[in-house]
Amino acid sequence: MSNTYDPVEVTPLHADEVARAQADALAAIAAAKDLDELKQARLAHAGDRSPIALANREIGALPPAARAEAGKRIGTARRAVAEALTARQAELEAERDARVLIEETVDVTLPWDRRSRGARHPLTTLQEHIADAFIAMGYEMAEGPELEGEWFNFDALNIAPDHPARSEHDTFFVESTESGKVLRTQTSPVQVRALLSRPLPVYVISPGKTFRTDELDATHTPVFHQVEGLAVDKGLTMAHLKGTLDRFAEVMFGPGIHTRFRPNYFPFTEPSAEMDLRCFVCRGSSALPGNPLCRTCKGEGWIEWGGCGMVNPRVLVACGVDPSVYSGFAFGMGIERTLMFRHNAEDMRDMVEGDVRFTQPFGMEV
Amino acid sequence: MKVPLSWLREYVDLPAVTAHEVADRLTAAGLKLEAITSHGHEIKNVVVGRVLEIEELTGFKKPIRHCKVEVGEAAPREIVCGATNFSVGAVVPVALPGAVLPGGFEIGSRKTYGRMSDGMICSEAELGVAESSPGILLLPDDTPIGADVVELLGLRDDVLELEITPDRGYALSIRGVAREAAIAFGVPFRDPAQIELPAADGESWPASIGDPTACDRFVLRAVSGFDPSVESPLWMRVRLARAGMRSVSLAVDVTNYVMLELGQPLHAFDRARLTGEIVVRRARPGESLETLDHVVRRLHEDDILITDASGALSIAGTMGGLHSEISDDSTEIVIEAAHFSATGIARNSRRHNLVSEASKRFERGVDRELPLAASWRAVRLLVELGGATAEPGVTHAEVEPAPVRVTIPAGYPGRVAGLPYSRETVIRRLEQIGCVVTEGSAGQAVAVTGGVAATGVVSSSGGMAGKLAIPGDDLITVTPPSWRPDLSDPNDLAEEVIRLEGYEHLPSVLPVAPAGAGLTEEQRLRRRVGRALAMSGYVEVLSYPFMGGRDLDNLLLAEDDPRRRVTRLVNPLSEDEPFMRTTLLPGLLKTLVRNVGRGFSDVALFETGLVYRPEPDAPATAPVLAVDRRPSAEELAEVERALPRQPYRVAVVLTGEFERSGWWGEGRRASWADAIEAARAVAREAGTELEARSDRHEPWHPGRCAELSITDPDTGERVVVGHAGELHPRVVEAYGLPPRTAAMELELSLLRPAGPVQAPAVSTYPVATQDVALIVPAETPVAEVAAALTEGAGELLESVRLFDVYEGPQAGEGNKSLAYALRFRAADRTLTAEETTAARDAAVALAADRTGARLRGA
Repeated sequence: MSNTYDPVEVTPLHADEVARAQADALAAIAAAKDLDELKQARLAHAGDRSPIALANREIGALPPAARAEAGKRIGTARRAVAEALTARQAELEAERDARVLIEETVDVTLPWDRRSRGARHPLTTLQEHIADAFIAMGYEMAEGPELEGEWFNFDALNIAPDHPARSEHDTFFVESTESGKVLRTQTSPVQVRALLSRPLPVYVISPGKTFRTDELDATHTPVFHQVEGLAVDKGLTMAHLKGTLDRFAEVMFGPGIHTRFRPNYFPFTEPSAEMDLRCFVCRGSSALPGNPLCRTCKGEGWIEWGGCGMVNPRVLVACGVDPSVYSGFAFGMGIERTLMFRHNAEDMRDMVEGDVRFTQPFGMEV
Repeated sequence: MKVPLSWLREYVDLPAVTAHEVADRLTAAGLKLEAITSHGHEIKNVVVGRVLEIEELTGFKKPIRHCKVEVGEAAPREIVCGATNFSVGAVVPVALPGAVLPGGFEIGSRKTYGRMSDGMICSEAELGVAESSPGILLLPDDTPIGADVVELLGLRDDVLELEITPDRGYALSIRGVAREAAIAFGVPFRDPAQIELPAADGESWPASIGDPTACDRFVLRAVSGFDPSVESPLWMRVRLARAGMRSVSLAVDVTNYVMLELGQPLHAFDRARLTGEIVVRRARPGESLETLDHVVRRLHEDDILITDASGALSIAGTMGGLHSEISDDSTEIVIEAAHFSATGIARNSRRHNLVSEASKRFERGVDRELPLAASWRAVRLLVELGGATAEPGVTHAEVEPAPVRVTIPAGYPGRVAGLPYSRETVIRRLEQIGCVVTEGSAGQAVAVTGGVAATGVVSSSGGMAGKLAIPGDDLITVTPPSWRPDLSDPNDLAEEVIRLEGYEHLPSVLPVAPAGAGLTEEQRLRRRVGRALAMSGYVEVLSYPFMGGRDLDNLLLAEDDPRRRVTRLVNPLSEDEPFMRTTLLPGLLKTLVRNVGRGFSDVALFETGLVYRPEPDAPATAPVLAVDRRPSAEELAEVERALPRQPYRVAVVLTGEFERSGWWGEGRRASWADAIEAARAVAREAGTELEARSDRHEPWHPGRCAELSITDPDTGERVVVGHAGELHPRVVEAYGLPPRTAAMELELSLLRPAGPVQAPAVSTYPVATQDVALIVPAETPVAEVAAALTEGAGELLESVRLFDVYEGPQAGEGNKSLAYALRFRAADRTLTAEETTAARDAAVALAADRTGARLRGA
């Protein structure tokens, strides 16, 4: 603080000088047409070299008695200028933003398909979906080779060499008909592998590729996919099989699905059953006399979904499991058929040809 | 099996229900409906008429008759007819004006050939009872004139076509289906095989069973004086046609009719062609036989034959020989009815690739108690219809087989079902299907009802029966009927009870499995790989895993390339693709071509799946092991050794723009770099890094192919896992691919998932960035430069990134300039400029040392 007082030098502290400086400042602020002009006004009227700032610096030169009044006067002026600056700043920013938003408007309908869209094959993701449903029930996923030993594909499954069922399988033979090697005609050999390699009880699900010498058409393909399920435990019954498949059907097709169990024959299950689904197109009406024929179920009202049954005790014996202690059930459903029912895919050829238009809509999961 | 409902109703009193209702019940019992065909329902206004006058009209291209026909009306009708196989007085079916014939064909009065025709005289074809017919259907003289033809001939019928499973051979007959229908509706069944047999009086022809493993019952009966000119009656022809069999001649039709009705295949020999004793035996070396289809067949020593002194007469149960077959002038006929080994006939049929109605039945098991009755039924029909005389004798050779008995606890079917059945229910159901049920176990069984035991050369369980035995209280012993050789195990009996009680009544109970471990790491990896590639823009395909020699050539594989070591299929879908794939590329490339052909120029595809890689020293055959016990580990290993290795692979192919052009500017064409990046994306999912090296490997472009490898975490060895890059132009040309198509293939099985990711410590101190531009010889792989920089920079280096590659005058002839951004950061302090510069200098120094790099401008 200064101890010398120079009356000439404190002119800026006169009330009218301060008022003029304030008025000049407010006028300049109001006149600023954009943020740049406002920045200039801020420098000129609120900066370090502005009249009010200079006046403020002189306060120390006043006699102590005059300081308080001068300080108050200048403080009021500074606040007024600062407030005006803030207000004008907000006004001008809002103005600028509004203008810029309009100037920068784009056409948001422009496409942005720079990267091509990939997808997984629905047969793959459907197999995963099914596996997940069973894993949630406590099952594990079992696997086996596609080029399989005949013993695994037939003999161990109670299909003896001269069994009529063996010739019905339309088998692809490998190297020679006597090589003991085939392309697996079903996923059921995985049952045998699972029972030979896992401790009991066994609950496994096994989706995979299977082969039969069918010609490719709308409803057949020589290379197709099945999902095999196997449970071997103490006290398993057909009621458990039915409960499991009912749950499976519900997961696949929703809670409204109607199922039917009817006797059938498979060498590796006894008793055996076929699981039918109520036709999803005619809902069973075409089976009633007088109604038009349904192309999907051919007037039966039901569609075969897959075979199942209680594991034939002979299969258990071939795997070293005692059938007087353990029982089990097994089932095998066609994945292609499931995809057809679930997604209204009408032609199996689309599933094998690899046309990207078929696969892309299925995305990552089904 | 096609079952005319009228035939079925002869043996079971079905209630007045529709064919659909019958079919539903049979389906529920396990005889699944395939189709229902209705016959004759649309036919109306066809009556019996007698031809009174015939006037032959002339002047037409073919003979035309104008007839007057009495049809039971006040006046005869005048009808024009083009057939000539009838004379005045003939009794014929007449479609009156207003009649409707099969196919909705309506008959009216019309003028034709210059005369009025007031109806139509009908042939069998026109009435829908034959495919074609040469002339008018002639009815017996005593047929009532004016009667309704449809009623009279039983033309109105429904035919159920049932799918018969291989275990239910008995249901390949009207008899078997009638039995099931009777149980299903709870009504009585009349067994057509229960017929009175005449007392035997000597042999009809000498015969014996030479091989008791081939045949256990052989019956011959003979007729003489058969009139071969007699046609089969209409009712028989109609039934045969509706059951799906062609009418041949009366003698043949009779054998087929009895087979359809009873399920017993019969064979008819011309007695005049037989010489000496008939023996059922296996074929001898060098024997051959000309069969009915005029094929001379070399016989196999395992073939079961019917033979006489002259040699083979027929292949048992499969096909007759041409020489001994009845012909158009046979008057003495020997009928054979036998019970052969089911597996023996299956082998006959398979070896000679002959599937007949007879072999189908024998393979599935025929009732051993049928031959005497069935042969007698045939003889009677030949007598009644063909004017023959039955010879008094019957030849009956047999081998007594061991009876089959199965003991189960009475509660066992309920235990299998998960739904208790009363003891009475179990016994009643088993008796309904013809079983004899006794109390107690087999040793102490006491019969509660009578019946004929199931026996046969079909099943001999041996030690298996003991392993399948179900312990428990309240034992019952079940002797299955002779027509059910399929019932040999406790579970077979359980199925019978459960299916007759109704599968629809089974409860639905979800079992509680023990907690599982979820997917394995390998299984999860496969899913991640699929997702990662799809996320990168690739579309998954599932092509057939077959390929041909042409693919191996198209891929430019050298003669000794291991991918040429292939597994060949015996019966491939196409002779062009007889091999199992050893690489995923052929299928993917063909799918790519298909997509391009359908108008898509920008295509990126991926496939995952097995390839089949036979080992050079693998055994040629996999042993077929025993099934009465668990195989030993060594036995199982022998099977595995014979199978090819089947590793899991992943591959991509891509062409066109991988990033598209558009309003934003130019896109980016798919290239070798994308293919390598796809491989890196796969490896990242496996938690590992790929090392890429320049390589020459078919089918890739020799200058644009990367060999991809990993370092084995255990051994530290480098393991090649695949290749990626641009395809060789000749491969592109061979497959018709767009130029510059790129591809990647790697063996996912080799990417062993690493352990859990180790969490990095994240430093919050500021980063220090240094850019360096290095001049290196143009051929220097950048991966080596980056590796040297990384190693030289030491632990302060956070990352190194190549942001520019420049080749031009400023880099100097034969050089390139590589611009790297180095980022440094310490875990515990802010780095000083001196520290950062020192680290950078060390990095550059090592790069200089390793690769000859020098700082640009230095």
